[in-house]
Amino acid sequence: MAKRGAGVGVEKIFGEGSFLTTTVDEVLKWGRKNSLYPMPFGTACCAIEFMSAVSSHYDLARFGAEVVRFSPRQADVLIVAGTISCKMAPVLKTIYEQMCEPKWVISMGVCASSGGFYDNYATVQGIDTLIPVDVYITGCPPRPEAVLGAIVELQKKIDREPHAPLF
Amino acid sequence: MNDTTTKNPSTADVALKVKELFASTVREGPGPVGDVCLWVEARSLSDVLRHLKDEHLFDVLMDETCVDYPDRPQRFEVIYNLYSLSTGNRIFLKVAADDQEPGLPSATHLYGSADWFEREIFDMFGVRFENHPDPRRILMYEGFEGHPLRKDYPATRRQPIIGPTDGPDHQARHG
Repeated sequence: MAKRGAGVGVEKIFGEGSFLTTTVDEVLKWGRKNSLYPMPFGTACCAIEFMSAVSSHYDLARFGAEVVRFSPRQADVLIVAGTISCKMAPVLKTIYEQMCEPKWVISMGVCASSGGFYDNYATVQGIDTLIPVDVYITGCPPRPEAVLGAIVELQKKIDREPHAPLF
Repeated sequence: MNDTTTKNPSTADVALKVKELFASTVREGPGPVGDVCLWVEARSLSDVLRHLKDEHLFDVLMDETCVDYPDRPQRFEVIYNLYSLSTGNRIFLKVAADDQEPGLPSATHLYGSADWFEREIFDMFGVRFENHPDPRRILMYEGFEGHPLRKDYPATRRQPIIGPTDGPDHQARHG
């Protein structure tokens, strides 16, 4: 392993020729939580803040989630960043259904989470009335640290899943 | 003042001429501070608009909007904001309206910009426009009931969302 390249770091701890035992579930969960491909569903200022979180200064890459995909078919995490109007609701629902399993949803900011101060006739009062949400982020807009925190929370949640079904 | 204003008639002169020509259906009324505002009766609206566009070079309909006054016999007030690129003049027209058919004459045959303005007024207030080429809602979705900017539309009223939105699925994993 050492001769062929970088390895994954464990050979330094356990020595050459050593091995680990684990379960398929644990390996899958380890892989999934450390390579989350986000898809931003950006409709407002939260999407601008997401760009900041994902760029080099805050560097979402440290948590394995830097490969932003703009196709739902290639993404694991739908990050809903912004106000969702009632007219946009069917679009969001369709995008979510186009994502492959396993998939997760982060509701970024108060507008996506509850409608925020858009308590009116035109705005969806929380995207959890449309699609299941795994992690909510507060803030208007949230700090980039809060977005990083949400990714870490999601990783913990993936780790807690009793089984990692093979979809 | 600069050269432009001396060569071109002022908005006040335009208002005088329009009032003279449409004496029975146009009167001057209160409007935005510093601008001229003419109240026009619906039956002569098309003629007044055409006259302003052809004779006084008001070539831009900058805005067309609406206000709801529930206590008035005709509760809606539709406001036209006309601007002339060549003379720099601006004039406002106000027309009383209700939500009955056939509604106000559409300004779309004179000003292309009136198309979406009038759709928005219909969507938000329910005022209808006769001979509009595409009299649909523009901001709210098809199936939305009522007109949300009316004073009597309850601020807390929520309507079901139309579309493939039948609640969260995958309850077993995401509950």
